[in-house]
Amino acid sequence: MNTVIMRLALRALLGSRRVWILVGLSGLLFAVAGLSRWGSGGAVDVSTSVIVNFGFGLLVPIMCLLVGTGVIAPEIEDGSIVYLLAKPIPRRTIVLSKLVVAIAVAVTFCVASIVIASAIAGDQDGQLALSMAVATALASVAYVAVFFMIAVLTRNSIIVGLLYALLWEGVLAGYVPGVRAVSIRQWALAPAERIVEGNAAIPIASEVGLVAGIILLAAATVGSIIVSIQRLKVLSVRVSD
Amino acid sequence: MSTIELTGVSRWFGNVVAVNDVTMTIGPGVTGLLGPNGAGKSTLLGMMSGFLPPSSGTVTIDGVEVWRNPSMYSEIGLVPEAQAMFDTMTAEEFVLANARLHKLADPQSATLAALEQVELLDARARRIGTFSKGMKQRVKMATALVHEPKVLLLDEPFNGMDPRQRMHLLALLQRLGTDGHTVLFSSHILEEVEDIAGTIEVVVAGRQAASGDFRSIRRLMTERPHQYSLSSSDNRTLAAAIISDGSADAVSLTPTGLDVQASDFGRFVHALPRIARDANIALFDVTPADESLESVFAYLVAR
Repeated sequence: MNTVIMRLALRALLGSRRVWILVGLSGLLFAVAGLSRWGSGGAVDVSTSVIVNFGFGLLVPIMCLLVGTGVIAPEIEDGSIVYLLAKPIPRRTIVLSKLVVAIAVAVTFCVASIVIASAIAGDQDGQLALSMAVATALASVAYVAVFFMIAVLTRNSIIVGLLYALLWEGVLAGYVPGVRAVSIRQWALAPAERIVEGNAAIPIASEVGLVAGIILLAAATVGSIIVSIQRLKVLSVRVSD
Repeated sequence: MSTIELTGVSRWFGNVVAVNDVTMTIGPGVTGLLGPNGAGKSTLLGMMSGFLPPSSGTVTIDGVEVWRNPSMYSEIGLVPEAQAMFDTMTAEEFVLANARLHKLADPQSATLAALEQVELLDARARRIGTFSKGMKQRVKMATALVHEPKVLLLDEPFNGMDPRQRMHLLALLQRLGTDGHTVLFSSHILEEVEDIAGTIEVVVAGRQAASGDFRSIRRLMTERPHQYSLSSSDNRTLAAAIISDGSADAVSLTPTGLDVQASDFGRFVHALPRIARDANIALFDVTPADESLESVFAYLVAR
């Protein structure tokens, strides 16, 4: 880990327009949560559906996409990554330093948004907030790692990432039984399901078991990191315009 | 003292051959890498700076391969052509971050020394985003010099510089070369190389076209006839004046003006304004007709 790279990454991330999109998405979630409370009177089964499907299922992956690609894609795009790469620093250190920052920002932002939105929409003894905070934190780590990998693999990281987040995780994982078991969303829901087990008012269900979910999340995260490091070792950077 | 060595280096992108079997040795001092746009200069620099693997052949610095070897960067200073930096940082913050990334013992004083070398001390607290192209170029120089590398690689460093900034950079590179650094810079403009590089490597269409002492290569380039198209307030009188002055070999009238052929490029361009003024003729347009680098280099290769 390199503190200079981490500081640069944090600065680039918080100084970019992406932060305002993140804030906007949170605001959207809070607004929808507010409408849900107003419409349902705070019924926890309704707010669970809003938090799980809209907040966790749609907004969290998009937020993680913005953060995960945001710490590296703009630098690759404009070529300023050479100032990091042309240093006697192992590429592994560059990847890990940037990822730590991205994960910290994404987890903080997403978990806070989900917890606040749960409270707005209507909770039951904080059970919804707690279970979805755990799921969100775990999912954020894996999402950020995957989107970071996409950013070092392709210049079209936002498009590829959106297709993955919306099409695979959002649509296909909603209908196609085989796909459902192969999605970060379902894996991260496994511990949430365990937390609210037996509480019929908070219907959270995962396609996979707790152990399988955790192992698959870890595998996706570690695998993405390894691919990112290998890719950054052979990244051809334009030194000219 | 460091030596960059390319041995049988080729690089292709798909079906396009960007660099074709180049072998060159670049030692201490200032070397100009000269060639028209698209000749493969950036590809060569990319391979020397470890950002591009050669498709075949080897690129080494002091016998050590550069590709996939980030530890080499303690010895290499790189000035990329791309303008993008961390624009929200001040010049000092950015150079300091680079110094820290190099894990220098005293990054703060190294930063100030580098900023002083490029004469940016006064502007060090300004954000890079507010800088002109020439000043950004100097920030890039400072980041490349902050760890006192033995090898300095610069991609088109004079692009976008005004004459004063250019002179300053020339002097700086010359000083570094005299101090025993291995300085290689690329350029597609002949005149840039003139005042500074003792040796040049000319690349045309991915191949090494000429190599060696600048003056002899320059002579080859200047001896060829130059073509100009002119238009003025009185083309016939101007034609007569040019011919009688003797600075051009041939003048012909065209519907729009004059075509002039001069074998002594320097003499003609200096004489023309004087001739026009003495004859009280206004020059509207002076265009070098075949000054495209491709034609200059093609001429050179044909020789």
